Amino acid sequence: MLKEYQTVNSISGPLMMVESVDDARYGEVVEIEIGDGSIRHGQILQVERDKALVQVFEGTEGIDIDSCTVRLLGRPQQLAVSPDILGRVFNGTGEPKDGGAKIIAEKLININGNPINPYSRDYPNEFIQTGISTIDGLNPLVRGQKLPVFSGSGLPHDEITAQIARQATVLGKGEQFAVVFAAMGITFEAAQFFINDLTNSGAIERAVMFINLANDPAIERIATPRVALTAAEYLAFEKDMHVLVVLNDMTNYCEALRQISAARKEVPGRRGYPGYLYTDLATIYERAGRIKNKKGSITMVPVLTMPEDDKTHPVPDLTGYITEGQIILSRSLHRKAIAPPVDVLPSLSRLKDKGIGKGKTREDHADLYNQLYAAYARGKECQELATILGQAALSEEDRKYMTFADEFEKRYISQGYYENRTIEQTLDLGWELLSMFEDSQLKRIRVEFLKKYMPKFRK
Amino acid sequence: MAEAKTGRIIKVAGPVVAAEGMLGSRMYDVVRVGKQNLIGEIVELKGDTANIQVYEDTISIGPGEPVVNTGAPLSVELGPGLIGSIYDGIQRPLDQLYKVQGDYILRGSQLPGLNREKKWHFKPVIKNGAEVSGGDIIGQVQETELLLHKIMIPAGIKGKIDELSEGDFTVEQKIATVTAGSGQKHEIKMMQKWPVRMGRPVKQRLAPHTVLQTGQRVIDTFFPIAKGGTACVPGPFGAGKTVVQHQLSKWIDADIVVYVGCGERGNEMTDVLIEFPQLKDPRSGQPLMKRSVLIANTSNMPVAAREASVYTGITIAEYFRDMGYTVALMADSTSRWAEAMREISTRLEEMPAEEGYPAYLASRIASFYERAGRTECLGKPAREASLSIIGAVSPPGGDLSDSVVQATLHVVKVFWSLVGKLAYQRHFPAIDWLTSYSFYKQYLAGFFENKEKGQEMVALAQEAMSLLEQESQLAEIVRLVGSEAISPADRMVLQTAKSIREDYLHQNAFHEIDTYTSMEKQFEMLKTILYFHKKGLEAIEKDVDTEVIFKLAVTEDIARAKYVPENQMETITKIRNKTDEQFKAQFAGAKNA
Repeated sequence: MLKEYQTVNSISGPLMMVESVDDARYGEVVEIEIGDGSIRHGQILQVERDKALVQVFEGTEGIDIDSCTVRLLGRPQQLAVSPDILGRVFNGTGEPKDGGAKIIAEKLININGNPINPYSRDYPNEFIQTGISTIDGLNPLVRGQKLPVFSGSGLPHDEITAQIARQATVLGKGEQFAVVFAAMGITFEAAQFFINDLTNSGAIERAVMFINLANDPAIERIATPRVALTAAEYLAFEKDMHVLVVLNDMTNYCEALRQISAARKEVPGRRGYPGYLYTDLATIYERAGRIKNKKGSITMVPVLTMPEDDKTHPVPDLTGYITEGQIILSRSLHRKAIAPPVDVLPSLSRLKDKGIGKGKTREDHADLYNQLYAAYARGKECQELATILGQAALSEEDRKYMTFADEFEKRYISQGYYENRTIEQTLDLGWELLSMFEDSQLKRIRVEFLKKYMPKFRK
Repeated sequence: MAEAKTGRIIKVAGPVVAAEGMLGSRMYDVVRVGKQNLIGEIVELKGDTANIQVYEDTISIGPGEPVVNTGAPLSVELGPGLIGSIYDGIQRPLDQLYKVQGDYILRGSQLPGLNREKKWHFKPVIKNGAEVSGGDIIGQVQETELLLHKIMIPAGIKGKIDELSEGDFTVEQKIATVTAGSGQKHEIKMMQKWPVRMGRPVKQRLAPHTVLQTGQRVIDTFFPIAKGGTACVPGPFGAGKTVVQHQLSKWIDADIVVYVGCGERGNEMTDVLIEFPQLKDPRSGQPLMKRSVLIANTSNMPVAAREASVYTGITIAEYFRDMGYTVALMADSTSRWAEAMREISTRLEEMPAEEGYPAYLASRIASFYERAGRTECLGKPAREASLSIIGAVSPPGGDLSDSVVQATLHVVKVFWSLVGKLAYQRHFPAIDWLTSYSFYKQYLAGFFENKEKGQEMVALAQEAMSLLEQESQLAEIVRLVGSEAISPADRMVLQTAKSIREDYLHQNAFHEIDTYTSMEKQFEMLKTILYFHKKGLEAIEKDVDTEVIFKLAVTEDIARAKYVPENQMETITKIRNKTDEQFKAQFAGAKNA
């Protein structure tokens, strides 16, 4: 009973215009059968009277106006889900890519999802131990948070995300855990690195992969994060799992979106990206979270590469406005062979305050990271001064802060990709580094914590 | 009155739908779109074709489906039941939606803004037979412990009141009748409706003249906002705009706080929802939720409803102002509101101005902020009230030349500039003391009942600011020649400026005591810091080494003064005595040497 049309009127870039259609719906999925009998997929972006504007996921190469047939499927784009998706690899629109059987659907879900009612959200406050000091100690990640990694070309974001996926645990609990990995326009090598890492740690059984590589159709990328999050929502809120979603790389996604926008001849916003980029990204990122009375959760770690390490580029900028913090990688630390090269000062986790402290990590956690930040910031400032004036011009106190900054980078930030530190180890390391200062300099720490945790006061 | 018109959809492009057969419709009429009854608003009329912005997702809607005009503009329901509610951008109660629809927001729901079943105890304050007109208070409802909800005659109604009686009523039941001179009768209910895009009338607008206390030191001391004033908080992401907004909505000295989460994060609204019922108002000891109304249209909720959300918020705020209250509205963030306007404008294929924003951006922003102010309310008894607006702006890349920031700065009187550099040093609130400003500074003295104390506070604030200004100049020199090269007196200036920054301006929102500082305590703290400065300069005159002064034990007391509870103010006064003692000891030492 599907309606078929051979009334394609024009094709331009990834878009085609179909005429004389009846009953087309905004957002409806179509199948396009081209001259050689192969099938492509598309989605209606706009309908006006009997004309429908279709975006073709696999690209319009080889499509001709005469012989192609368009079938309206009468439904929005859906994903077939069942518990069997765990351990499988799919393409960017959710079709099996590993040669395995098609998923027998427990249900079909609209990939666009619905916005979570803010009233039904539960606040993310369960600390996730990633084993990475710069995250656990200074920018703690909590369940249901979206914390992106702002990286650049040539920086080790793949290693960091793999480390998080491998080591993340919630203290004192053994719960169902799953990883959903969405690759958008990344290289085969990068995708394979992640898959191998999951295989080596045995986590592959609990992972779902949606892979759209650099040479796969760019337009398909528009669907990839939505498909991945639909799978994640299913696992989290219907199967009670704690899902970690890695989206790599969001910059490629945004470029695909820009491509469509340009093809539609829309008024461009900054750097040619469409004016609705913020809203579009929000509909992806905001799908992370926890829901009241549901056991599962979605924690999201999107990765994006900042063109020329520019944080004010529209993609990182708008992402930063939606996500709950950011982990920024530093090229200069990377050059100093400090791994993972997390740039501590501009990195931030907005939800940290609710996830740490007494009963969660340790009572001194908040004061401690405030002090470490302040001391490291001062140390970095002194280092800058020293390069201008020379070390001799600095006061004794300034030199002490400089030494602190060095030590902090060498011992606290640097740990390698395979060391898994407990939160206790991370916190105690912080105290140990601060012990070079006098108590009166540690203004941000409550006296009672100083007395309790400073190494010299401990037995 | 236009009749209910039914048209047909001819075009769907994202949140904008075009329908034909809509002749007789008026601009901004609310319509029901498609078989699913989505809510929309007419934003453009061309012949019999209407362009409609739809407040819900338009997926699976297509040409041919019906569009029904309701004949009324987008309005909010005003009456008892607003307080403690959480609404979406078009006043649908999210807590009720949750009960009906579950975890996600589905389409086409039609829940009223005010609860229809709940009965409120109404108590008249005037007598039957009195002459009343629009704005007159005829009775009241104790809505929460913190709020006495005044019931007013809707604007435009005039006549003799009758059938007024005390009792329990729902918002839709008749509580009185007003008979106009012409004999026409009006039923008065506790609920009234008001179109959101139109400001509610007042008798007269007045200039603001009192400081609105926020408990945030950098704001109250240096850049205060007035009752009825407007402020803007721009800053890059991570600079703490939202924390500032949350802090203000928690601690601001207002009777009512309306918080509009416009296109921001879902978890932030959840945070407010969880925290507000637990936090206690520092004056009354009651949960803050009992004086708050929340509007949450998060970034993933439909963009057209985001455009409407600030209007919904301000109309509710104006309604409470009309009762004679001090009202504050927080909008986080107006940039998302502007972006929603841009998105709708693009879909309407309007000619864009700067950065794709519509040409009417600046005038919309200006007219929004103009709805703030100190006013003499309409009706009897005579009463004054104020509505202050505090808007966050999120400029791309923190760039203040952004159109939204510039349009906002043209109209607001207070500018709290949040900068990334301070945020990276974890100096919060990251308000830059050198670039921020306030036109309401002159009213700071008036805050204290004791006139002399008020003058002293102003002098202290001026001295502190001038020290900070000197610091920025000295820091340049130090960067060039090193700190050893400047005079001891200048070193003292640097030290005190540092103390002002770290011990005074820096305020920890998550510390149970530091989160709120009363004006009294601010006075004591600042006085103590500057007292140390004065003593230090005196000591330097007598050749006491600066390093010795900076290491005096009392400096630690000064640094920890912020953690002194409000009821132990004498502890701070004692620090000044301690300062005296420790300096005396030094002078003695200096003489002996």
